[in-house]
Amino acid sequence: FSTEKGNLAQVRHVVLVLSGKGGVGKSTLTTELALALRQAGKKVGILDVDLCGPSIPRMLSVGRQEVHQCDAGWVPVYTDAHKSLALMSIGFLLENPDDAVIWRGPKKTALIGQFVSDVAWGELDYLLVDTPPGTSDEHLAVVESLRKHRVDGAILVTTPQAVSTGDVRREIAFCKKTGLRVLGIVENMSGFVCPHCSECTNIFSKGGGEELAKLTDSPFLGCVPLDPQLSSSLEEGRDFLQAFPDSATFGAINQIAHAVMTSIAERG
Amino acid sequence: MEDVPSGAPQHCPGTSSDQAGKSSACQGCPNQAICASGMTKAPDPAVEEIRQKMSTVKHKILVLSGKGGVGKSTFSAHLAHGLASDGSTEVALLDVDICGPSIPKIMGLEGEQVHQSGSGWSPVYVEDNLAVMSIGFLLSSPDDAVIWRGPKKNGMIKQFLRDVDWGDIDYLIVDTPPGTSDEHLSVVQYLSSTHIDGAIIITTPQEVSLQDVRKEISFCRKVKLPVIGVVENMSGFVCPKCKNKSQIFPPTTGGAEKMCQDFNIPLLGKVPLDPRIGKSCDEGKSFLTEVLDSPATAAYKSIIQRIQEYCSSHQPQD
Ligand SMILES: Nc1ncnc2c1ncn2[C@@H]1O[C@H](COP(=O)(O)OP(=O)(O)OP(=O)(O)O)[C@@H](O)[C@H]1O
Ligand SMILES: Nc1ncnc2c1ncn2[C@@H]1O[C@H](COP(=O)(O)OP(=O)(O)O)[C@@H](O)[C@H]1O
Ligand SMILES: [Mg+2]
Ligand SMILES: [Mg+2]
Repeated sequence: FSTEKGNLAQVRHVVLVLSGKGGVGKSTLTTELALALRQAGKKVGILDVDLCGPSIPRMLSVGRQEVHQCDAGWVPVYTDAHKSLALMSIGFLLENPDDAVIWRGPKKTALIGQFVSDVAWGELDYLLVDTPPGTSDEHLAVVESLRKHRVDGAILVTTPQAVSTGDVRREIAFCKKTGLRVLGIVENMSGFVCPHCSECTNIFSKGGGEELAKLTDSPFLGCVPLDPQLSSSLEEGRDFLQAFPDSATFGAINQIAHAVMTSIAERG
Repeated sequence: MEDVPSGAPQHCPGTSSDQAGKSSACQGCPNQAICASGMTKAPDPAVEEIRQKMSTVKHKILVLSGKGGVGKSTFSAHLAHGLASDGSTEVALLDVDICGPSIPKIMGLEGEQVHQSGSGWSPVYVEDNLAVMSIGFLLSSPDDAVIWRGPKKNGMIKQFLRDVDWGDIDYLIVDTPPGTSDEHLSVVQYLSSTHIDGAIIITTPQEVSLQDVRKEISFCRKVKLPVIGVVENMSGFVCPKCKNKSQIFPPTTGGAEKMCQDFNIPLLGKVPLDPRIGKSCDEGKSFLTEVLDSPATAAYKSIIQRIQEYCSSHQPQD
């Protein structure tokens, strides 16, 4: 490729979404942030490096798509005709959606390297990178392949309970070791409001995310409630932000998206 | 060919063939250097050592899920507690989640350290008949991140299986991280010359989770690991105030039930969402003895019983 940065030359900001813990809502938050940034008029891309469990194609209902080649590499899949949201995921490269990707580290590292260098993103305001849980091959591979390009930082997702914040503490240590800036911590699935009687139950306890932010001296970006309308929307690949603009969850997600934009802008 | 990894280049000669790493098909394959080194050809002597070590372990159960955060560790811990509630049953719980070990916290063993004994590492005991091993016991602080690539994780798992002094054990339960990668391949390969009873697969009801769990079942089929059955966790929530049920993680594609029918595997049971489970885990206590009146307790107990029945009716002949 012509320039050092190649296919990422016109990508303004890169943000990783991380968590030491599984199932806390990394892909959910990646999806909703992308939709919120798009609503704010930005051009957004999502790179899904969860090779064993890619969720983004379903969450954006772009099920089974063929990835085309162009001179610069792979053309990402666009979710709409305006090409305002671009996506690349291993989900598009599998013959059968139930196929297991039974790969050891080196092979995963190689594919992620390709994803970073060979996808022709074109011009993007934000590239969000969705990751699998942990601090291992995939994470090291993304950070290393993005070295040449500037990464703005990482958003860490946790659920409130100690079993989860414990793992996210380790993820913060990973960020420190690899020189990734922590843009902030999001507490997801905090508090469930019963749709029948409005009683709030903290199914996964409460406050752990904010406590962790204090403990590790990281910014706290906000709480997203446990909301069945959000999980249903993701199941069907519907745009939650368009469907439920009056919900508390909408407000929470929007606020986080703006906090992220501000934090990145302040750094320049 | 047995030893052609999935996703290998076309015409891959197989990792243990004489041509491994050398044929033209190997050009550009990320594993070429490993294959060319000859490392993949020699059988690892640890497999035989582990076979000997495991000769005193009657039943081995893996707890798996393609999806994260669905409750694998929670279930593993409660399966261990449930089996060990019979004082004459010796139970061991091994945590091979190297980057996200939750077992020390859930078993109330945070801060414990492993001791070196004459014949290897001695596990940490919760009760006389309940032994636990996790990388968490080898870390010096809760902030320690284990930033390891595959080969180092595999080395650790080998040590856990070969060097831990378990003694005579009725059940060895192995808790795993999500996915189908190094840890899973390693456990199955290192235990390949022993008898594994099978895998318990954990899922939550929504499709986002099931789509990953189907991959895990494909994995089990590929490595010929029997599936004992599936547990649907976080299956509905009953509001403590108005008693109405909400599907927080909706089974939009028929939940675990439909998936089990499609794959023709047993559904062992459904465990509802109960905030007291999360609380017990955070406090390191057994939910089964902390909360006696929850439908979740009854569900756990019935699932554990079905697993016991499976194991005793599928004893290997010898
Ligand atoms: N039925 C349930 N009701 C309420 N909380 C639950 C239930 N099952 C599990 N939990 C809680 O959900 C959280 C996730 O569970 P757990 O850590 O066991 O998942 P895991 O599959 O092992 O995750 P990972 O993929 O990160 O290893 C824990 O805090 C646990 O206490
Ligand atoms: N705030 C929330 N309210 C309700 N459901 C949620 C929420 N956040 C995530 N979920 C659901 O939880 C499940 C796990 O989320 P996911 O984003 O796949 O986690 P991860 O990517 O961390 O493994 C998904 O089914 C998702 O729809
Ligand atoms: Mg995900
Ligand atoms: Mg776990």
